[in-house]
Amino acid sequence: MKVIVPVKRVPDTAGDKIIDPETKTVDRDAVESVLCPINEFALEEAMRLKEEHDAELTVLLVGPDEAQPVVRKALSYGLDAGLQITDEAIGGSDALGTAKIIAKALEGTEFDVVIFGNQSTDARTSLVPAAVAELLGLPSLTYARHLEIDGDRIVVHREHEEGYDVVESTLPAIVSVVEAINEPRYPSFKGIMAAKSKPLNVKSLADLGVSADDVGAGAAAATLYEFEPRPPKEAGTIVEDDGSGSAARQLAEWLAEKKFI
Amino acid sequence: MAELVVLIDHTAGTPKKVSLQMLTAARSLAADLGSEVAAVWLGPGAADASAQLGAHGATKLYHWDSDEASAYVTLPQVEALEAVLDQTDVAAVLFASTNHVKDVAARLAIRVDAGVITDCTGLGVDAGAIVATKEVFGGELITTSRVADGKVPMFGVASNAFVAEPADGAAPELVALDVTLSDVAKAAAVTSVEKQSDSSRPDIAEAAIVVSGGRGLGKEDGFELIEQLADVLGAGVGASRAATDAGWYPHRYQVGQTGRTISPSLYLCAGISGAIQHRAGMQTSQNIVAINKDPEAPIFQITDFGVVGDLYDVVPALIEEIRSRTS
Repeated sequence: MKVIVPVKRVPDTAGDKIIDPETKTVDRDAVESVLCPINEFALEEAMRLKEEHDAELTVLLVGPDEAQPVVRKALSYGLDAGLQITDEAIGGSDALGTAKIIAKALEGTEFDVVIFGNQSTDARTSLVPAAVAELLGLPSLTYARHLEIDGDRIVVHREHEEGYDVVESTLPAIVSVVEAINEPRYPSFKGIMAAKSKPLNVKSLADLGVSADDVGAGAAAATLYEFEPRPPKEAGTIVEDDGSGSAARQLAEWLAEKKFI
Repeated sequence: MAELVVLIDHTAGTPKKVSLQMLTAARSLAADLGSEVAAVWLGPGAADASAQLGAHGATKLYHWDSDEASAYVTLPQVEALEAVLDQTDVAAVLFASTNHVKDVAARLAIRVDAGVITDCTGLGVDAGAIVATKEVFGGELITTSRVADGKVPMFGVASNAFVAEPADGAAPELVALDVTLSDVAKAAAVTSVEKQSDSSRPDIAEAAIVVSGGRGLGKEDGFELIEQLADVLGAGVGASRAATDAGWYPHRYQVGQTGRTISPSLYLCAGISGAIQHRAGMQTSQNIVAINKDPEAPIFQITDFGVVGDLYDVVPALIEEIRSRTS
């Protein structure tokens, strides 16, 4: 069995975000970048498939040279090989543009299942897994909180607001996982050392047969043309509970004033 | 006349609140664009809901009454929408920006060469095109964007971003869709639907009030108190990542960066310190209340009303206060 785990390099959530006024994209040099935390659940699930089904695992990343540490970080969980798509023309691609690059990369690769995180912590559109599935004509079994593979069948518990749907298809299939699916391991020291020498294949858009005109900011279907920081919030009322119940009473009064009760 | 196509999200035959909010937003956009609002209802139940959809602004209602709409994953809805787009001049497509519907949007966008903007909190018209505002990086930045020329514009609408207001709309014209699913659409089957939620409480994305609990509860049983407070307020119940990771409450109720993003009228949290990862899921709420022992907790930077104190003292007292005022 062959499993691909696409991962993303994202700005650290706790860092300050700066949008470059010229390119209108996030200035990624100005903030520390990390492996998207939600990818850890996809990596763990892939490792489970390695342990149970002897699966061969490849990390896939679309991003610049500077993102290579993120590929190595993903490999340190115990995956076997990396594939990085790097090209100057990629910068500024939107979710559907990124999906096109990933789909092309997958077309040239053998796989039974692709495991995404259900969203990235930066853009959070959740569009990429289903768009990749559509481009490849495959089922999109997304928001998995449980996943089982038996022969060429895959069964997923697909989380929704009221519980989950049990869904199934044959392989190959595209999956995204939510963090309820497992508890990711920490990379071991051995894993971190081994990741440094795992094979990493780097390809350009030309290698994939993707035209630079079809990706990047110029081809983005959604154009950002204005942005502003969120206006600071005015300081609210703060009361201290002195044990007399007066704080609860004041809060209830406030709720009543606002017509919540 | 070009149509503003609104995909109605519904549960058990009832439109979700976000659907009526979308129709209200679409009505105003359609007036500016000189187009009409066409709702799309997939699955059984369109006829019963049509009056309500009409009242909120739909002048046309495309419907596909087949159970096949939810028998397979995502693609039946995609192919039904394709059938709508095939027979109309589409000005834009509006959909609820929720997990499963975003998949429908993503697959449809590839098929019809659309541009998609998800999680829109504001929609307007500028120079004949729809512009969308959304909050990014956990609400730290607000962006305005539009879909590039030549692409079908699609907008995912965030729950509670708009206020649903019925107008005097008449019952919409009903148009039955003729959909024959492709083989690929039947490749992934839904074999069962497991409902685990307590249906007496609203879903957190739809709820006007959400009460959340976190690490400060100290134990799983603490959520009984959170649920009691939610019930006296008619609220939904949310949880922080610390609480869902500890197994105190199910993941689908998690508010935050790795869970759900909500904007209720009132977000009231107890025992949640308000790390940025949590704020990313709730800081667009219209009113924020926090109860926390630690006066330095970052949540107090964004509260409209904060109580510094032990939640096990304050919440029971608050429940009593509310009961005495509402009985």
